[in-house]
Amino acid sequence: MPEKFADFPATALAWRKTNGGIAIPVPEMDEGIAAAMVCHPSKAKDMKPIALPTERVPQWQARAVEKLRELLTKYRGLSVYLDICAQCGACSDKCQFYLGTGDPNNMPVARANLLRKVYRYYFKRAERFLGGDAEPFNEQVLKEWYTYFYQCSECRRCSVFCPYGIDTAEITMAAREIMAAIGVATKYVTEVVAKVYERGNNLGIPAPAWIDNCQFLEEELKTETGKDIRMPVDEVGADVLLVMPSADNFANTDTMMAYGKLFYALGMSWTTSTYCNEGGNFGLFLNYQNMKKVNKRILDAARDLKVKRVIWGECGHAWRAAIYTNTLNGPMDFLDPPHPVHICQFTADLIKRGAFKIDKSANDDLLITYHDPCNAARAGSLLEEPRAMIRATCNKFVEMPRNTIREKTFCCGAGGGLLTDEIMPIRMAGGKPRAEACRSTGANYLAVPCAICKAQLPELMKHWKVDVKVGGVHDLLSRAMIL
Amino acid sequence: MTDAAMIWNLLAALIIGLGYLAAFVFVGGLLLRIALYIKTPVPLKIVQTPGPKSAPGVLARIAGDVLIFPNLFQADKLLWLGAWIFHACLFLILVRHTRYFLYPVPELVIDWQTISVYAGFFFPIPALYLFWRRLASSRVLYISGLPDYITLILLTAIASTGMLVHYFARVYLVDVKAFTLGLVTFAPVPPPQHPIFIAHFLLVCALLIWFPFSKLMHAGGIFFSPTRNQIDNVLYPRYVNKWNEEVRVD
Repeated sequence: MPEKFADFPATALAWRKTNGGIAIPVPEMDEGIAAAMVCHPSKAKDMKPIALPTERVPQWQARAVEKLRELLTKYRGLSVYLDICAQCGACSDKCQFYLGTGDPNNMPVARANLLRKVYRYYFKRAERFLGGDAEPFNEQVLKEWYTYFYQCSECRRCSVFCPYGIDTAEITMAAREIMAAIGVATKYVTEVVAKVYERGNNLGIPAPAWIDNCQFLEEELKTETGKDIRMPVDEVGADVLLVMPSADNFANTDTMMAYGKLFYALGMSWTTSTYCNEGGNFGLFLNYQNMKKVNKRILDAARDLKVKRVIWGECGHAWRAAIYTNTLNGPMDFLDPPHPVHICQFTADLIKRGAFKIDKSANDDLLITYHDPCNAARAGSLLEEPRAMIRATCNKFVEMPRNTIREKTFCCGAGGGLLTDEIMPIRMAGGKPRAEACRSTGANYLAVPCAICKAQLPELMKHWKVDVKVGGVHDLLSRAMIL
Repeated sequence: MTDAAMIWNLLAALIIGLGYLAAFVFVGGLLLRIALYIKTPVPLKIVQTPGPKSAPGVLARIAGDVLIFPNLFQADKLLWLGAWIFHACLFLILVRHTRYFLYPVPELVIDWQTISVYAGFFFPIPALYLFWRRLASSRVLYISGLPDYITLILLTAIASTGMLVHYFARVYLVDVKAFTLGLVTFAPVPPPQHPIFIAHFLLVCALLIWFPFSKLMHAGGIFFSPTRNQIDNVLYPRYVNKWNEEVRVD
C-alpha cells in the first residue's frame, strides 16, 4: 500500500445486522470530497499501440460531441438511458462508491447526469429550454468525467434497483470511449491493454517467465501430491485451451494448481498459450475496438493450438467479455459447443456427474463465505455454479447477508479498471460494504472466482481489519480432491 | 356578429388549433423517438442477470416492470408505494377520459367510473409526496432539476382543474363531449365557455407537447431497455452486432 491516507468520513458509519440482512448505512452528502481522487493519466507509449491519440486531439470538444453522436446511433442502451431517467433517486444509495465516499457525483444518477447534461446541451434543446441542467463539453466537464467515470467500476449494481433497468455501466463505458477518442484515458487501463498486445497478458509476464512459473508449479504439485501433474504450455492439439487471468500464474497460484489437478483427475489434455495467457479484457473498460482486439487473441490462440474448447478461468470481467466473444470475434463454431465456457460451469457440471472423489472434511478448518464478483453475477449469469462447487467440496458454507449477494452483490471496490494504487482511498471506501458484509458472517475463508477481487480483497480486508483469507473457488476443490 | 362573439370565435379556433398541434407533436414525437430507439442497434448482450431464459419470460419481466415496478420495490419501499399509487391513479384517470373520445362509451369505462373519480381526487396526494420527497431528501434534491418539478406541477394542475370542472365548478358535459368528439372526428366545434375547463384543456396540451422531449419518455422507453428486454441466454445462440464488422482490429 502506498503512503498513508485518510479514510473518507462516510466509512466511519456503523453497520449492524438485521433479520437475515444487514442495515446499510447511507452517508450524508459531502460534495466534492472524492474530487481529488484521480487516476494517473495515460502515457503516450501506451496509447500508441492501442490505437488511441497520444495527446489531446485538436478541437477536442467538437470531436467529443461527434463521438457522442456516433455512440448514440450505435448503442440503443445509451440512447434510451440518457432519455428516460426520471431522476427518482432510487439508485442514489446503492453504489458502493457513494456509500463509501458520500460524494454526490458517485450516486449513479448523478454520475450519469454528468454525461446527460452534455447530451442535453447538444441534443435535447427542449429540456434545456425548460431549465434542465445542460452544459457544453468543456475543460471543467472533462475533468468531472475523468474523475467520476473512473470512480465507477461498471458493476451494474444500480441497474438492479432502477425501475427501467438503467445501466450506469453503459453510460460510463460511453463516456470513457468518448474520452479515449480525444486522447484522455488512465495510465492503468491503457498500460494493461498495451501489455496484452506486447506480452500476451495483463501483467506483462514474458513467455519464458510464464513457462518457468508453470514448471515451478509442477514441482510444487509433485511435492504436495507425489504425482506428475502437468502445467502444459503451448501444446498443439490439446483438448482445452485455458485462458485464466494471468495473475493465477503468478499470484493466485493455488487456483492455477487447482486447474492442473482438475484436468489431471479428468485425464484431459489442456494447455495455456504464451501468445494469449490472459482471459481478462481491459478493452472492456476503454473502448469497443480494444475490447474486440483483446478478445480476438483468445480465438487466434485457440486456432493456432488446434484445441477443441476454450475455457475461461476464474476472472470476473474476463467472463463478461467472454460472453461477447461470439459476437465480437465469432462465430466460434470451430470449437465444440457450448461456448464460451466458464471453468466454474465446467467443474460444477462434472462434480454433479461424480467425476471427482471428494473428501469434504479436508476443508473443515474453513468457514467459507462466497463473494459474487459483480461481472459474474449481474452480467454473466454465474450464480449457482460456484455455490454448487463450494457445497460439494466444503461442509461449512455461510452466505453473506442477502442484500449484499447474488445480483445485489457489492463490487470489491476495484473493478472496471480501478485496481490502481493512486486511488487507494476510493478502493478502500468502495470496498467497505463488501468488507462489512464479510465481517458479519465470521467466515475465515472468502471464496471468489475473480482475479481483480483476489488482488483487491486481501488489501481491503486488512485495511478494515476483517480476519479472512481470500482464495479461489477451485482452491477448495483442490484441497478436497482425492487423486 | 358582436365583438365578444368574434373574439370568442377566434379564441375557440386557437384552442382547437392548439389541441391539434399538441396531438400532432405528441404522436409524431413519440413515434419518432420510438422509431429512433428501434433503429438504434443493441451491439452486445447486456441483459441483467439472472434474467428470463425465454421470450415469454422477457414479456413477463417487462409486464412486471410496467405494472408493479419490482426494481423500485427492492430499492425504496415508500417511493415504490408513492410512485405506484401515482401511476395507478394516472392510469384510472386516463381510462375514464376515454369516455370523452369514444361513442358509445365502453362498458368497462362506465364500470370504473366511480373508482376513477376517486383516483382523480386522490391523485394530488402521491404527487405531493413525490414533490415533497424531492425537497426533503438531500440526495434527491441534489439531482432534481427544474423539469422534474415542472412535470409534477403540471400533472397536479391538470388533475386539480379536472376535479374542479368535474365537481366544484361543473362544466356542462354535453358541451365537453361535443367538443372532444368534434376534435377526434375532425369536425371541430368550439369548446364550452368555461375558463377552468379551457385551462384544463390547455394544460393537457402543454403536457402532450412536453412529453416526447422530456423524461416522460420513460413511458415509452421502458419497453426498449436492453438490460430488461433481452433473453438471458448469454452463451447460445450467437448474438450478432450489425456494426461489428466495421470495427477493424487487423
